[in-house]
Amino acid sequence: MTQPFRTRAGGQIDRTVTLSFRFDGKVYAGHPGDTLASALLANGVRLVGRSFKLHRPRGIYAAGAEEPNALAELRTGARREPNTRMTQIELYAGLEAASQNRWPSLRWDLLSLNGLIAPVLSSGFYYKTFMWPASFWEKVYEPLIRRSSGLGRAAGLADPDRYDTVNAHCDVLVIGAGVAGLAAALVAGATGARVMLCEQDFLLGAGLVGQDDGWREATLAALAAMANVTLLPRTNVFGAYDANVVGAVERVADHLPEPPPHTPRQRYWTIRAGTIVHATGAHERFIAFPDNDRPGVMLAGAAATYVARYGVKPGNRALLFANNDAAYLSLFTLHDAGVVMAGIVDPRAESPAQAAARARGITVWSASQVIGTSGALALTGARIARVGSAGTDTLVAADLLLVSGGINPAVQLASQSRTPLDWSEPLATWVPGVPVLAQFSAGAANGVSGLREAAADGARSGAAASGGDAAIALPEDVPADATVLPLWEVKGRGKAFVDIQDDVTANDIRLAAREGYKHIEHAKRYTTHTMGTDQGKSGGLVGAAVLAEARGETVQNVGMPTFRPFTSPVTWGAIAGANIGKHFAPTRLSPLHDWHVKRAAVFMDAGQWLRPAYYPAPVDSDGWDSVLREARAARRGVAVCDVSTLGKIDVQGRDAARFLDRLYTNTFSNLAIGRARYGLMLREDGIVFDDGTTSRLAQDHFFVTTTTANAGPVMQHMEFYLQTVWPELDVTLASVTDQWAAMSIAGPKSRATISKIVDGLDLSNEAFPFMAVADATVRGCAVRVFRISFSGEMAYEIATPAGHAETVWRAVLEAGEEFGIEPYGVEALGLLRIEKGHVTGAELNGQTTAADVGLEKMFKKRGDFVGRVLAQRPGLTDAARPRLVGLRPVTRGEQMRAGMHLVETGSSHSLGWITAVTRAVELDGWIGLAMLENGASRIGSRMQAASPLHGALVDVEIVSPHFVDPENARVRV
Amino acid sequence: MIRIDCPWCGVRDEVEFTYRGDATVVRPGEGASEEAFHDFVYKRANPRGWHVEWWYHGAGCRQFLKVVRHTMTHEVRAVARATEMPEVPAE
Amino acid sequence: MRYSGLRLFAEALRGNTGWKPAWRDPPPKRSYDVIIIGGGGHGLATAYYLAKEHGITNVAVLEKGPIGLGNTGRNTTIVRSNYMLPQNHFFYEKALSLWEGLEQDLNYNAMVSQRGVINLFHAEGTRNAAVRRGNAMRLDGIDADLLDKEQVRALCPLIDVDNGRFPVLGGLMQRRGGTARHDAVAWGFARAADQRGVDIIQHCEVTGIDVEGGRVTGVQTTRGPIKANKIGLAVAGNTSRLAQMAGIDVPIESHVLQAFVSEGVKPLVDQVITFGAGHFYISQSDKGGLVFGGGLDGWNTYAQRGNLPVVDHVWSAGIAMMPSLSRLRGLRQWGGVMDMSFDGSPIIGKTPIDGLYMTAGWCYGGFKATPGSGWCHAWTIANDAPHKLNEAYRLDRFRTGHLLDERGNGPYPWMQ
Repeated sequence: MTQPFRTRAGGQIDRTVTLSFRFDGKVYAGHPGDTLASALLANGVRLVGRSFKLHRPRGIYAAGAEEPNALAELRTGARREPNTRMTQIELYAGLEAASQNRWPSLRWDLLSLNGLIAPVLSSGFYYKTFMWPASFWEKVYEPLIRRSSGLGRAAGLADPDRYDTVNAHCDVLVIGAGVAGLAAALVAGATGARVMLCEQDFLLGAGLVGQDDGWREATLAALAAMANVTLLPRTNVFGAYDANVVGAVERVADHLPEPPPHTPRQRYWTIRAGTIVHATGAHERFIAFPDNDRPGVMLAGAAATYVARYGVKPGNRALLFANNDAAYLSLFTLHDAGVVMAGIVDPRAESPAQAAARARGITVWSASQVIGTSGALALTGARIARVGSAGTDTLVAADLLLVSGGINPAVQLASQSRTPLDWSEPLATWVPGVPVLAQFSAGAANGVSGLREAAADGARSGAAASGGDAAIALPEDVPADATVLPLWEVKGRGKAFVDIQDDVTANDIRLAAREGYKHIEHAKRYTTHTMGTDQGKSGGLVGAAVLAEARGETVQNVGMPTFRPFTSPVTWGAIAGANIGKHFAPTRLSPLHDWHVKRAAVFMDAGQWLRPAYYPAPVDSDGWDSVLREARAARRGVAVCDVSTLGKIDVQGRDAARFLDRLYTNTFSNLAIGRARYGLMLREDGIVFDDGTTSRLAQDHFFVTTTTANAGPVMQHMEFYLQTVWPELDVTLASVTDQWAAMSIAGPKSRATISKIVDGLDLSNEAFPFMAVADATVRGCAVRVFRISFSGEMAYEIATPAGHAETVWRAVLEAGEEFGIEPYGVEALGLLRIEKGHVTGAELNGQTTAADVGLEKMFKKRGDFVGRVLAQRPGLTDAARPRLVGLRPVTRGEQMRAGMHLVETGSSHSLGWITAVTRAVELDGWIGLAMLENGASRIGSRMQAASPLHGALVDVEIVSPHFVDPENARVRV
Repeated sequence: MIRIDCPWCGVRDEVEFTYRGDATVVRPGEGASEEAFHDFVYKRANPRGWHVEWWYHGAGCRQFLKVVRHTMTHEVRAVARATEMPEVPAE
Repeated sequence: MRYSGLRLFAEALRGNTGWKPAWRDPPPKRSYDVIIIGGGGHGLATAYYLAKEHGITNVAVLEKGPIGLGNTGRNTTIVRSNYMLPQNHFFYEKALSLWEGLEQDLNYNAMVSQRGVINLFHAEGTRNAAVRRGNAMRLDGIDADLLDKEQVRALCPLIDVDNGRFPVLGGLMQRRGGTARHDAVAWGFARAADQRGVDIIQHCEVTGIDVEGGRVTGVQTTRGPIKANKIGLAVAGNTSRLAQMAGIDVPIESHVLQAFVSEGVKPLVDQVITFGAGHFYISQSDKGGLVFGGGLDGWNTYAQRGNLPVVDHVWSAGIAMMPSLSRLRGLRQWGGVMDMSFDGSPIIGKTPIDGLYMTAGWCYGGFKATPGSGWCHAWTIANDAPHKLNEAYRLDRFRTGHLLDERGNGPYPWMQ
């Protein structure tokens, strides 16, 4: 377990501890502080992946989030994570990772044969072929394409880990804990502002390692001592949203084999910031040259990071290809660590750094460029030539080729915050302009280079962001000049990649331009440039420059695709958080829920509510037996149903009656105190919105009920009209759905039942007729008794404060025992209402008018109400509109289904549909309700109910929708 | 995240509110024409710019608020009570 | 230049230097027979069918930016015709039948993939609505199948059919539904229209619509005035603004709909799955990314970006339905500006101004409608009268009350 490429000393790794890990099944060693990438490099592993389309061998290219190649399937089993960047995987003992997108192995990948037909696989090739024969796309071509696309494999198993969600607020949010971010946080923290500092890396101030460790340590210590500063390492801010709100994900336990008990794997932060300092650093960009993708080609800054931070030499013999002096410092870091210098290739004629390199004894080929590379699974050398010379080239042996085309400030978050981008000529890149929101950019993210300058820029931003100031020490550095001689591409034989992950070459971009896909967004979409998991962090501008050249324009005129979230890919589960499984949506429970559970009810979802569907009994052989038994009890004896889920709204005030008159199609101002009335409510467009009973408890006090589903919407509807249309009305509204439990006691024995327990109220038919309402007590509990019926039987509803629900419910059951009382669920409720021909959400589905469901008589003669005028539109008053009817199968035993359509016998032209069906207790067999064109005139005729989905066709008779007691006598007995 | 400075509750996230569209339309009075009601329901300002709109603070004070918000930048410029008319910037 | 495998091979041998622009880049002429405003899928398809079906080739498509980068390039690529109302399903079925022959028709592979669309249901009420819808389709000759829970599980094992909150009761499947490569649709129509003589004029923003005596006479643009006696608007997302240039108010609000794509992974989800109870839908692109989305942010906007509350909800819904997606990563999010109509259905037809036509109000349904919208819009323009298929999509239906509220949501665009 040797690590042949590990330096003897240095770096932020713990050399006293050795960690064993596996990559593609082979065991290696590393240290705490390593990433998988640094540990693999320490072990001399160069080949780590295959490219997306051409399956070319690929090595580690970067040292952070910009990595295009080194993607692994991390962990195994249910915890397997595809496409994980090795450059960001923290090493832990026992880590297992595997390369991906190769078969049968990384070294021998069969699909690398794609390279042989690469010219055919040019950009957009799939748009031009695979068209014949037409049926082959789904059967042959697409499966082939799909199998070869995608990178890693998903686990396919439920995630065993948990995720947490945090909502946070701060005065100053500093994004990035490089030197500028640390300085900004230090200054802002010193002013007393509430500061949050998010850093995607696990190490804060990583860029200072090996440069000014003293400043780094002192600053971190000072920040840690500030109670008003929250440090969040391993936290990537993935997107900036309106009003300075950002989303971030903290990798709480990804550096461990698995999360410890009671610890989430990741934590999703929604941060509302007063001001934001973008200290997000910069991404080095590469230069496109032939075969710039071989394992061993690496961004210059990344190579220096491996040496300084991880104590790893990424190669034995290094060649640098750069157009800027700053990159020379990266090479010098390698030089100082003992890496053999193959030399420097620089398109510039001269520069101070070139002189410094020569002084170090490093060969510099000025005015030269790399025109190709050699090697198979690893780099063996580069061919170089003088700029402008044709044919004369030199082969330089090297196993490491450092590339730097300059830096791109990481402006993603600033740009998402609508900060315009300006073109910087010296850096040949986009830098942030004047922000629109209360934001600042600092350090490398602001186009500033050098540790000291960046720290000073950070300190300034921290002061501006916090509205205060504090003096801080600045770090020491070797001044670096990031000015570039723009060089985007070296043309020559071989593939010059502008998107290394997706195998997009400079030629692909030119082809796109040639075919008219000249706009940057067209070129991107046509070639898939920047659409990989690295999102073109190091190659995006390079491709744009190639496009610019093809168009004969400047890079700044070509522009960049819009920066959209996410800055780096975001774990799905982290955003989902705990709102999954049964917690995906709230579950609302009736105050009688525990009783239903004890009674072994079968539950069903009703919106957010869980309601008993029916209560199985030993005598029942199936669910229908239970439902029919419960419904029979309601028709012939007595039964009780929990209706607590109905919406309840308390309406009070001098103008309460007038208000209700304007909301409902019918009148409430003439409703007597102590009486209830059924009400129908429309939307302003004339369509039925909701229905329910409203009771008058006092001159200025009404109790409104709504359907279960519309409790919230009706409340909001009422508030809307009250507050915005008729604010002059003296009315107050309160939702009391949760405060009142309610139960419906239905059946010929209902009066006899509740008379035994209701105190303080004469329940005789004369004293308490149909639609009467009064207060009373049951077992000492306050109740409101309503004589209302949904079942069509004599029925009462008893409402009681939710805390007394079970007391009253049990009292009812005990009182009804002698009459064979049964609790009944939603299914029996539905059966009873269908027999009665009452409408519910199945008919009042937001598409029906009052006339459609036979309620046109509910319209008052005079006066305004919501929906009255638009309900008169011809499309809504057309007599041919589908209208509510009842149905019975001609052969009584035949089953009908909701969702069947009604057709004339032998026709397939739908004239209506079935909204609800049930087996009946008052009639034989099945009955149903339907909406039918010209329904009223078809009563008495025969049609067919068709369900092609079930292969079912049933002869049916069209009947009145009121199967039971159409005269409505039973409720008045 | 749209954040609304509720005059009753303070600055709150958009999730506490329910949107209810154009707050400049006025419901016609009794006896008004079908045309007038058509306009009330269907003729809505849909500007690219400042928009006066209803937001219902259902998870807070339950008040309807008139919010002046920009439909490109999403900036909330003013928040007023239901019976007030906030100032709407020209641009 | 005709595309084929042979051509691809021949060009490859020549270093791919022989390919010609997919469409010309002509300067605008001073007048055309028809101007189509909007170079998205609908506008380009309108121009194509004007040329192909009606022989009207003196047509310009004016696009303020590059073609196909509005909603055509920002949707989740689903095609289907599984609507309940006959006016809707007949129209979308026309669109689907055009999708089925599109590649051969355009000589451009838009990767129409009829992999099947499954709408899950979780409760009796939603099942009944799905059965009603499926039967409506079947009676009118459109394919639909009812799946039970086990069939859903077999087709897509990733779905947690027993999930704690909304256990799956079954699904309504349209096997002929699926996906198409959205960008390619715009490019394919552009190329095919161009080949029939249509001028596609990019970076030409319309700044005014000239109306004289109640009829259109031309447009003002950033590249000068252009005359035409017939103008078609195909600018969903911005219909209100363009219609106002001609003095027309349309019952449309602009809202943002967000969408997401994950990192590419090997094949995982073979169909388009919608999870109605959670406002979530998902499919997997041929490149490997899972493409998914949910509902509107719910407030008027012309900005193509949304906010975190919808992100949170959509991603939770995804994991609630498919728990094994939890360790995958989202790669990108974006938003498109929807023309939300007041009954959830589109508007294709004439306007109160003679010679001015529109295809608008597409809500979420725009992409799947693309060829059908273009076909009907072209017919309406050519005949100065709607085709039977788009007769119900008239602008004046809000006055007459002939609403097409497929889901019964009411006149609330933000809830459609």
